Amino acid sequence: MSALLQIKELRTSFFTSDGEVRAVDGVTFDIEEGKTMGLVGESGCGKSVTALSVMQLLSKGVGKVVGGEVIYRGKDLAEYSDAEMRDIRGNEISMIFQEPMTSLNPVFSIGDQIAESVRLHQGVSKKEARARAVEMLHLVKIAEPQKRVSDFPHQLSGGMRQRVMIAMALSCNPSLLMADEPTTALDVTIQAQILELIKELQEELGMSVLLITHDLGVVAEQADEVAVMYAGKIVERAKPEIIFARPSHPYTIGLMNSVPGVIDKSAKRLQAIPGIVPSPLHWPSGCRFRDRCSQAEEQCGQSQPDLIEIEPGHWVSCLKVPVSAAAA
Amino acid sequence: MALLEIKNLVKHFPISGGFFGRKTGDVKAVDGVSLSVEDGETLGLVGESGCGKSTLGRCLLRLIEPTSGDIIFENQNITEMNFDHMREMRRKMQIIFQDPYASLNPRMRVGEIIGEGLQIHGIADGAELKDRVMALLAKVGLREEQYGRYPHEFSGGQRQRIGVARALALNAKFIVADEAVSALDVSIQAQILNLLQDLQEEYDLTYFFISHDLRVVEHVSDRVAVMYLGKIVEIAPADQIYTDGQHPYTRALLSAAPVPDPTRKAERIVLQGDVPSPINPPSGCSFHPRCAFAQKICSEEEPPLVMDGDHGAACHVFGPGATVKPN
Repeated sequence: MSALLQIKELRTSFFTSDGEVRAVDGVTFDIEEGKTMGLVGESGCGKSVTALSVMQLLSKGVGKVVGGEVIYRGKDLAEYSDAEMRDIRGNEISMIFQEPMTSLNPVFSIGDQIAESVRLHQGVSKKEARARAVEMLHLVKIAEPQKRVSDFPHQLSGGMRQRVMIAMALSCNPSLLMADEPTTALDVTIQAQILELIKELQEELGMSVLLITHDLGVVAEQADEVAVMYAGKIVERAKPEIIFARPSHPYTIGLMNSVPGVIDKSAKRLQAIPGIVPSPLHWPSGCRFRDRCSQAEEQCGQSQPDLIEIEPGHWVSCLKVPVSAAAA
Repeated sequence: MALLEIKNLVKHFPISGGFFGRKTGDVKAVDGVSLSVEDGETLGLVGESGCGKSTLGRCLLRLIEPTSGDIIFENQNITEMNFDHMREMRRKMQIIFQDPYASLNPRMRVGEIIGEGLQIHGIADGAELKDRVMALLAKVGLREEQYGRYPHEFSGGQRQRIGVARALALNAKFIVADEAVSALDVSIQAQILNLLQDLQEEYDLTYFFISHDLRVVEHVSDRVAVMYLGKIVEIAPADQIYTDGQHPYTRALLSAAPVPDPTRKAERIVLQGDVPSPINPPSGCSFHPRCAFAQKICSEEEPPLVMDGDHGAACHVFGPGATVKPN
């Protein structure tokens, strides 16, 4: 299986009046063809910025990719011109956002909005694009697509708007879908519908998915591989079967302990991670988790630990985690 | 002993429209809820957005005036109380809100926010007031030197601690926690949940814990009530509702929550469609249009909440009130 997208040592910074915010600071992972990569972490850890960097959707003059490579189908995306990048965005790589309420334009019908990207990328007639919009609405299981295609966003519920967003993202048969917290704003029963829909469509269309979420339950069910991000870096990466069975980085363990019923179902009390995420303006030296880590020692402050394969397919960046014989 | 009992509580919000602003209908946010909260317990209330759980929480403190029904707190019917009397009662009944960014006055110092209640009720003043606020700050895990800071200087988790301190300031007995941890990151959420648990043990508090997060509710609650379209459809001890839920909505809701265990492929009941509008709820059982077990009677008659011991469900087909067999 070959990698569709390879992210190598990606570094993205925002230049603010307070200084350089190193939001993503050396992130490396691959997304294989047809697979789902789950990126988990708390707010401010850099998971959304990672996706925006791939899409080159950082606001000009403020955010900038300052290092690393994003290789899509063997070619570095940084080498593309703006026009070439526009051809890829929404066509080969598309994105859905968290807020289905604010991501749609309120003054255009949903049909027009879906047809827009089809017309832009595939150069088809207005009529064909409209037909394609109806087809997409049918695909995302909106009842009576013929009628609904002329509806405006305010006439739809939150779950239906998210379906429209998915229809829009998939209208040009992308190879890679980046879903940034696609179900966070939705109720659980609607979340279940949307996640099932993404899975079904993925099987049908064979696309890869980068699923960004803070919900461990969602990655456990949807992802083929999981990467845990903390303070702009990936601290642990493995298949869900491995990472949930043997979480190894103290942050991953802390995250799982913070959610009721992941590690110890009968625990009366949660083991919270003390303190808060450090400011990206002043990351601590060495391991960025050490201020909140119960295992931290002096050596943790000296250098940033590398992401090391501790057993086959299980990568952890922590000095305290022993490497198994199988991987060494 | 029941600390709080509500009987047939109703809250309808009128909708006005048309040329003369006449009343054209009602949003039936809370539509006949009866339940009791025991002294020292945590009653969890779960449901999806728009089911009326926040309206119910606010009605309990009369922050929203209920349309009808009784709320009995410590054997006194608070729905009949006048303004002054009600204000006295609110010393014992407090609320923690969901949004730690919107629920604190940005122009007040943290010390003033926490101490305001003490001042209004004439309990403490001057140096004593400051001492008590300092003690509260320490209690919720904030530092004393943060007394003079403004809310914007705090993170979300710290702000929620301020909200907790404010609720505790008047020695409240009963606290409504309305999605108190929903806006927080999981690691911070765990800190606040632990804080709430510690305070409950120390001060013998009673919580009415409203949340859409089923795992959190299971963790903190002694009993759980499930709400759908303004009505309680099931109520049971926390462990029973998760292992032995009767109402089809309860089971669908629980199965919809993603399980953080990749080895267990949960059998999921995916509900079709959205929650109907509370302006014109469906006839009979309001869940019947989405229910896989719905029968003729379900669209005709509204099922009552029938209790069997401490487990109750409002369903024609399942649970203690079942009158027909599942097909």
